[in-house]
Amino acid sequence: MNKTTPATVPAAKAPAPLKSAPSRPEPRPERSTGSRIGELVQRQGVLAVLLTVILIASFVYPTFASLDNARGVTVQASFLAIVALGMTLVIITGGIDLSVGSVFALGGVLAAWASQWGFLAALLVPLVVCGAIGLVNGVLIARANMAPFIVTLASLLAARGMLLAFTDEGATTYLVPKDSAFAELGQGSVWGFGHPVLIALALFGAGGVLLQRTSFGQTLFAVGGSSDAATLMGLPVARTKILVYTLSGLLAGLAGALNAARLSSGVTIVGVGMELDAISAVVIGGTLLIGGAGSVSGTLWGVLLLAVIQNLINQIGSLNSSYQSVVSGGFLIVVVVAQRYLARSRRTT
Amino acid sequence: MTTQATLPRPAKPAARLRDPAWYQEYGVYAAVAVVLLFNALFTEHFMTADNLRTQLVQVAPIVIVALGMALVIGTEGIDLSVGSTMALAAALLPLYLGYGLVPALLIALLAGAVVGAINGTLVSLVGLQPIVATLALFVGGRGLALVMADGRLKQIVNPDILALGTGSFLGIPTVVLIAGVLALAVAFLVQRTTFGRQIVAIGGNRSASALSGLPVKRVLIGVYILCGVMAALAGILATARLTASDPSSLGTLMELSAITAVVVGGTPLNGGSIRVLGTVAGALLMQLLRATLVKHDLPDSTAQIAQAAIIIAAVYVARERRSR
Repeated sequence: MNKTTPATVPAAKAPAPLKSAPSRPEPRPERSTGSRIGELVQRQGVLAVLLTVILIASFVYPTFASLDNARGVTVQASFLAIVALGMTLVIITGGIDLSVGSVFALGGVLAAWASQWGFLAALLVPLVVCGAIGLVNGVLIARANMAPFIVTLASLLAARGMLLAFTDEGATTYLVPKDSAFAELGQGSVWGFGHPVLIALALFGAGGVLLQRTSFGQTLFAVGGSSDAATLMGLPVARTKILVYTLSGLLAGLAGALNAARLSSGVTIVGVGMELDAISAVVIGGTLLIGGAGSVSGTLWGVLLLAVIQNLINQIGSLNSSYQSVVSGGFLIVVVVAQRYLARSRRTT
Repeated sequence: MTTQATLPRPAKPAARLRDPAWYQEYGVYAAVAVVLLFNALFTEHFMTADNLRTQLVQVAPIVIVALGMALVIGTEGIDLSVGSTMALAAALLPLYLGYGLVPALLIALLAGAVVGAINGTLVSLVGLQPIVATLALFVGGRGLALVMADGRLKQIVNPDILALGTGSFLGIPTVVLIAGVLALAVAFLVQRTTFGRQIVAIGGNRSASALSGLPVKRVLIGVYILCGVMAALAGILATARLTASDPSSLGTLMELSAITAVVVGGTPLNGGSIRVLGTVAGALLMQLLRATLVKHDLPDSTAQIAQAAIIIAAVYVARERRSR
């Protein structure tokens, strides 16, 4: 393969930075069946694990398989799912966003506070503020060239600080008016499935299209694959990064607002550690933390897997709820180690 | 040659203050001095021996964790599991106190070493990214601690352990003394030992280090074990001071405090250099800043926003220098 005529060398070199991006216009290069299976397992392995867990659990625990339980689990998972969607996009560009948990909580409190002026205010106020936090993250990271980990760590503190300031150190709780359209947004349902679930699904659909079918999505992969190469290719790297952190802030704020609508109040203590849950879900879903590869569907399965584990441990009842994080941590190790070896074997074939 | 030798030491202080390199080198110490000066002038009862001793006791566990974190960051790694490791050590302590103080302490420290060894193995042998490798134990470690403690807070009544937390030697609290000795030991390790130079070399360029025959994998595992043991020690000391083992809340957000102390102290996140004294000063700066704001009746929210601003400023200064 490597020792072909010189004419193919530049051709082989040119798409190298984009190797992880979906090369839609060109047919995929030939691969052995083994590597194709490896890729499939890496892409959709979590879905297989998820389905297996659900299947076994439905036989063992009849209460698990009920529609009511499914409704409960999906609503619980939908908020983390929306946050993790933004995180997926950020991680695909090779970045990370630690601020989402604080932004989620801030968005919730702002939404509950603004809900006194009606539906539109309750949605717009948190989106504007949280989007602005994401924008600042993006500008510091993309224009000032600072490490995403540190910038978003600072905004984690800053957003939590703003939240505390806004609620008089957590002493004030803002309530969403009962029977308002905004409360309905969080509590209502279609065929028994809560609005937050439907919104999360719609967002994931949009995210999938954005990532796989638009030039913006391709740019995300290119930036994550190699920021320098993307710059040389003339892609708007800085603008893309700023946009992606803004999106992450917007989604975290939206999830917070939906959560507030669901709970009918802005709760200050939510969202602590949520950034790491979101990162876990993304990683379990097969998105590589080094950037340049990943999918939103994997993240959705990752979130669901975490939610199902939590629900199962509640179902078992005799098990201490602390086992939930032990099992989640175990799954995380198994999945990332398996991914690592699959990726390694794929590269060598 | 001569101009270069004289350039870093300009005659005028004003010129020195315009040089970003000066801030990266001495900024954190200057900031600690400024905070102390401010308090000497404007805060009542701040510059008293009692208050300063309290501040030091409070910052000691963070310093101990941050020292281990500094070593890990020096290898271009990161350890998110330190808070969970603290909780795990704290949960094990009351379980084994029946066998005596020394076995209990050893088992708690050993738990830290095991956590570190798992992290180190995942990073070096499996080749995972440090964030992912340590995320698993961040998630699982606290759960394990809660499982072992039955999810309950346990009172500690062993007088020897309590002496570790609340005792003092020559007027200096034992906790502070331990943190100080550890800081000196880590500084010695980094500057004077082969292992320390290997850490910095690996952080600077891992593949070059591997090519020049350094035992990269062994050093990496060793560094994560050291970090885990230090986190466990911090967990033991914090438990001793609180006179209760509380695995559900002990060490929460500790990973972020430790990383903050390291970064504000001037250690770059991309490895290759470790500033031990800077790390201590970084932890101290964050602690003093918070205490100052509290003494002036400013709420916690202001402290958090101020901390965020300091982190951004510290990293911005570091960035200026790298681009030169």
